[in-house]
Amino acid sequence: MSGPQAKPSFAGRMVQAVVIVFARFITATRGRWEGVAPIDEQRIYFANHVSHGDFVLIWTALPRRLRSRTRPVAGSDYWLKGSLRRFIGRDVFNAVLIDRNRDTRADDPIVQMSDALDAGESLIVFPEGTRNTTEAPLLAFKSGLYHLATARRSVALVPVWIDNLNRVMPKGEFVPIPLICTVTFGAALHLGETEAKQEFLTRAEAALLALSPKANTL
Amino acid sequence: MTAPPPNLVIVLSGLLVILIVASGVGYGLQRKLSPDGTNAVIENLNDRIRAWWVMVVLMGLALIGGKTGVTLLFAFCSFAALREFITLINTRRADHWALAAAFFIVLPVQYYLIWIDWYGLYSIFIPVYAFLLMPIIAALRGDTDRFLVRIAEVQWALMICVFCVSHVPALLSLDIADYQGRNVLLIAFLVIVVQASDVLQYVWGKLLGRTKIAPRLSPSKTVEGLIGGALSAMAVGAGLSWITPFTPLQAALLSFVIVVMGFFGGLVMSAIKRDRGVKDWGHLIAGHGGFIDRLDSVIFSAPIFFHLVRYGWSAT
Repeated sequence: MSGPQAKPSFAGRMVQAVVIVFARFITATRGRWEGVAPIDEQRIYFANHVSHGDFVLIWTALPRRLRSRTRPVAGSDYWLKGSLRRFIGRDVFNAVLIDRNRDTRADDPIVQMSDALDAGESLIVFPEGTRNTTEAPLLAFKSGLYHLATARRSVALVPVWIDNLNRVMPKGEFVPIPLICTVTFGAALHLGETEAKQEFLTRAEAALLALSPKANTL
Repeated sequence: MTAPPPNLVIVLSGLLVILIVASGVGYGLQRKLSPDGTNAVIENLNDRIRAWWVMVVLMGLALIGGKTGVTLLFAFCSFAALREFITLINTRRADHWALAAAFFIVLPVQYYLIWIDWYGLYSIFIPVYAFLLMPIIAALRGDTDRFLVRIAEVQWALMICVFCVSHVPALLSLDIADYQGRNVLLIAFLVIVVQASDVLQYVWGKLLGRTKIAPRLSPSKTVEGLIGGALSAMAVGAGLSWITPFTPLQAALLSFVIVVMGFFGGLVMSAIKRDRGVKDWGHLIAGHGGFIDRLDSVIFSAPIFFHLVRYGWSAT
């Protein structure tokens, strides 16, 4: 399953519209563009990950013409399990599905993501690698973001902080509580010419964490 | 659906004329003082006028839609207000089911009771039944940390955002002699007096305001603004007596009560915002902050206005 995937089906697009209306109803999401403008420029959005709804929220905050060219990156171990998840992952969200298991995977995730970028699309990635269910605001980034930045140096890396969604639907609950969520887009980053891996990841973590409203009130 | 009462058409046309004039003035001011969009006061004024258009159009459609339209509109206002309120309070994981019940059971049931005119139940449903039910749901989850604070906050959210707001559509259930079929005009009266009072207090405050009433809470509120706003809102109320069952004097006195309750409502809601460390309740309406920022005066005046009219004029 390497290479660009097919465009979402008609049914997929209908479900997509319903999901976005529902997300607005529950969270009244609005994007706060603090570091970059909502313009049609190729980007890698990297965000904190607290809930399965995260990329729906980022999507909802994006203007429509950007949304159709922005694909989330998600784990195939989760999204290919069962036909409903497969439909949602592929047809509704048009996700780039990567295999997180290093030992069994057939495709290199960095190659899959680079292919999508080469096709002109923007990506949404969650560099923590998994949902953060701890009390800590942010988990340490996995190295994927660095490898992606190395593979496509020219693409802007935009930090995106999603706030409050963990209160809307805590892990293990299935009824969402309507609460206002915000999606804050920060200033773009680029990998420095001589920047080492850990140095870059620490800088990216700090840039994301700085967008959290809690960081601003302390 | 029956045809809207003729007076409603006149009132809505009047509001449209006022809005068209306001938009014209706003446009003129912008051309003259803020051609590049840099004068914050003018830009805010124009944002407000645009939001007024949306509010008047929605309100007009709801009033023309009669009881179902008005009930649905205010149920949605309650939903949006509750969403803003709950966002700012100290909820925990253990409150999840209590909050779900607030949004998806208490709110719809309250508006259903309003819609079927069951006064005996809707006037005590939240103060008694929700008051007892919510802490039970929260207690079942076993988390006792800050328990009293959490349940008190949820109860307050329901009283403010659902119970008080629902007294606006409840005006439709009053049975007033020689006024059948025109109750929507009571809502128009209440909303126009409240909003006129807000705007006129602002205008008088800008013109003459010197003595601050609560400088720490709400620096823009002044004694001069309040008196000027109250007197002119009473004049507006008296001038609208022809759409109500009241005499001009009664309409002026009811307007006075509405203005005073609305003023203190704004003050109380500002105190809550200060406590939570925010400037606005939300960001839904450009230039106006959140829903609660627009509704705060109505929230405090609606139940009092409802009961005064019910005891003074209604047969039921």
